[in-house]
Amino acid sequence: MEYQFQLVTQLKEALGDGVIQHHEKTQNPNEICLTVKPTDIRKLAEFLKQSKNFKFMMDIASVHYPEREKSLEAVYQFFNLDQNKRVRVKIPHREGEKIQSITPVYRAANWFEREAFDMMGIQFEGHPNLTRILCHHQFKGHALRKDYPARGNQVCNTPEPFTFPPLAMDPEDDIVTTQRMTINLGPSHPATHGTFRWFCELEGETITRAKTEIGYLHRCFEKMCETHKYNQIIPYTDRLNYCSAPMNNSGFCRAVEQLLGIEVPERAQYIRVILNELSRVIDHFVCIGTTAVDMGALSTFWYCFKQRENVYTLFEKLCGNRMLTSITRVGGVFGDLDDNWKRECLAVVKGIRETVDEVDGLLSNNKIWLNRMRDTGVVSAEAAIDYGYTGPCLRASGVAYDIRKLEPYWFYDTFDFEVPTQKEGDNFARYKQRIDEQRQSLRIVEQALAKIPNGPTQVNDPLIVLPPKHEVYSNIEALMNHFMLIINGVKPPKGDIYSYTEAANGELGFYIVSDGTGYPYRVKVRAPCFPIYSSFEEVVQGGLIADAVATLGQMNVIAGELDR
Amino acid sequence: MKALSPLEEIPIFTTQIKAFINWTRKNALWPLPFGTACCGIEYMAVVGAHYDVSRFGAEVVRFSPRQSDLLIVAGTITEKMAPVLRNIYEQMPEPKWVLSMGVCASSGGFYRAYHTVQGIESIVPVDIYVPGCPPTPEAVIQGIIRLQEKIQRGDTPQQRLLAKKKAAELTAGDQVKDPIE
Repeated sequence: MEYQFQLVTQLKEALGDGVIQHHEKTQNPNEICLTVKPTDIRKLAEFLKQSKNFKFMMDIASVHYPEREKSLEAVYQFFNLDQNKRVRVKIPHREGEKIQSITPVYRAANWFEREAFDMMGIQFEGHPNLTRILCHHQFKGHALRKDYPARGNQVCNTPEPFTFPPLAMDPEDDIVTTQRMTINLGPSHPATHGTFRWFCELEGETITRAKTEIGYLHRCFEKMCETHKYNQIIPYTDRLNYCSAPMNNSGFCRAVEQLLGIEVPERAQYIRVILNELSRVIDHFVCIGTTAVDMGALSTFWYCFKQRENVYTLFEKLCGNRMLTSITRVGGVFGDLDDNWKRECLAVVKGIRETVDEVDGLLSNNKIWLNRMRDTGVVSAEAAIDYGYTGPCLRASGVAYDIRKLEPYWFYDTFDFEVPTQKEGDNFARYKQRIDEQRQSLRIVEQALAKIPNGPTQVNDPLIVLPPKHEVYSNIEALMNHFMLIINGVKPPKGDIYSYTEAANGELGFYIVSDGTGYPYRVKVRAPCFPIYSSFEEVVQGGLIADAVATLGQMNVIAGELDR
Repeated sequence: MKALSPLEEIPIFTTQIKAFINWTRKNALWPLPFGTACCGIEYMAVVGAHYDVSRFGAEVVRFSPRQSDLLIVAGTITEKMAPVLRNIYEQMPEPKWVLSMGVCASSGGFYRAYHTVQGIESIVPVDIYVPGCPPTPEAVIQGIIRLQEKIQRGDTPQQRLLAKKKAAELTAGDQVKDPIE
């Protein structure tokens, strides 16, 4: 805790005594939690970024405590990559009080602040465009307030109109050469893979201004979390990033387990590693395959989806569902893999490795692919960090940030794998990064299959996991435990936690506030593609509209995770 | 070999023209995949090589509503998306059908929440519901086959509506007879 106390002392010296109202430890030894006033946050953020190297602004969560005098709370997460330190800043404030916006300091804050405004009604002073982001434009009220009913549907009868503000034009300019065209793409457009809508202002085929609109798949994950018990939330987490469902499951369960202070059995950790790495591989396959379709390379898509089917068959054998597996439980995993499954998995891994080589061979030296992907959608390392990029997109810009290496969980430190990085930060680098990561993930799967120990797959605690079915039917104690757990749910102690895992798109964070009951008080997901997509408007500016499609594909924005 | 007259060469079936039209319609569905969420990804698997929906004559995926006659709503429809879905449905030429893929589109699924439409039947008329979260590709193919059976029977609201319009025209004293309907 040495560093944390030093930090608090330095903050007090630099910003004055009254700024840090309160500081405390958290479950994470690398983290410290500070409480500040709404008017001090920009000063603090500037100091953290410039003097203390906290280059990343990871998340802004918001919590509503109707019974408190300061009923709203904004919770910031700052991250220092060089020293692996985190700072959580809480700003409790009254209704109507304004928080200083930190958008001038961190560009990542732009969308996070809009989200906090939309969901909770927190006002940010100095934000360039504080409008709704997830709910539709005719929505009244703030959905995540405790007094807003979960079923309070409000009908939207027209899509939001949008026009770019007119440019100041010289009246003597030739109308033909200066005329711009505005086009609308989406929300149902083949290149947007779902539900994104963007407007571009074009000069010829070059994008001069772009604007994105999200929220078309906002299906209220966070509100649903507040009305369900911890284990009931697991199926909802599947549907965040539906291309790699087991990673969301296990990320959420890890957060609750950390809140409970339990460690899951070794075998369960190995199963999670195997499932996670297989999902990482197929997530990257979907990303590469669909981008290739958009670029006109249909055969690559068939190659990628063939292997994806094989992995889904494996998942179906183990979990019962192809896509949305829900196999993880708080306290371990449900079900177990046998030798037969292991053999089949090894065969699939072998097949995938061949397919990765094939895809690499089809695309990496393909002239059309190179022309389309090289030097398009370039993001420099500084911009990537400022926007809060994580995962493959950040590593493609040359920053080797991988939670599996930096803060290993589930025996990731015992596996022999590398964190590949690229330098260029363009679409081709992102594609290449994904191919390299797939190879590393396959190595991890093989090692995990070889090393997986025998033993239980769930912790032995009747207050956390359900007893086995045969005992429930034959013995009264197990029946009662089953009954109590179903009725009451898992009850973590009071407190809050920000827990993070390396998902396919980057850092998947869960900020959970527990009030000691079976229902979480608040769950906030830090979706990795939310900050990545917030940079889209700027990244595509000045490029061709056809290249914007490639950029969107390689950012791998998944609507379920983006809009929640 | 004895030369056959054209009538002997071609096997002849007699049928009603209505049945023939329905038969051609059911085997040439052009779906518009309105994929919004997880089901959209699973629909890719339906079209993909392993399940290959082209065996059932419904693989010509069109992203333009003007070119399609089967709207496959694959995924959750939110309140924000609802007007867009309605707009797209109205742009499709008649006769048109709607397949609701997955429980989210059919009933809102387990998202009983403030921003999710609780079933798309409040926005567009649905011909076939496919349950599942997400439905397996086999289930989607079964849904398409069931829809084809309905189209063959002329039993979908769209076809009934067309027939009704035609009947109304006839009773109004319009003497022009269209042999197709």
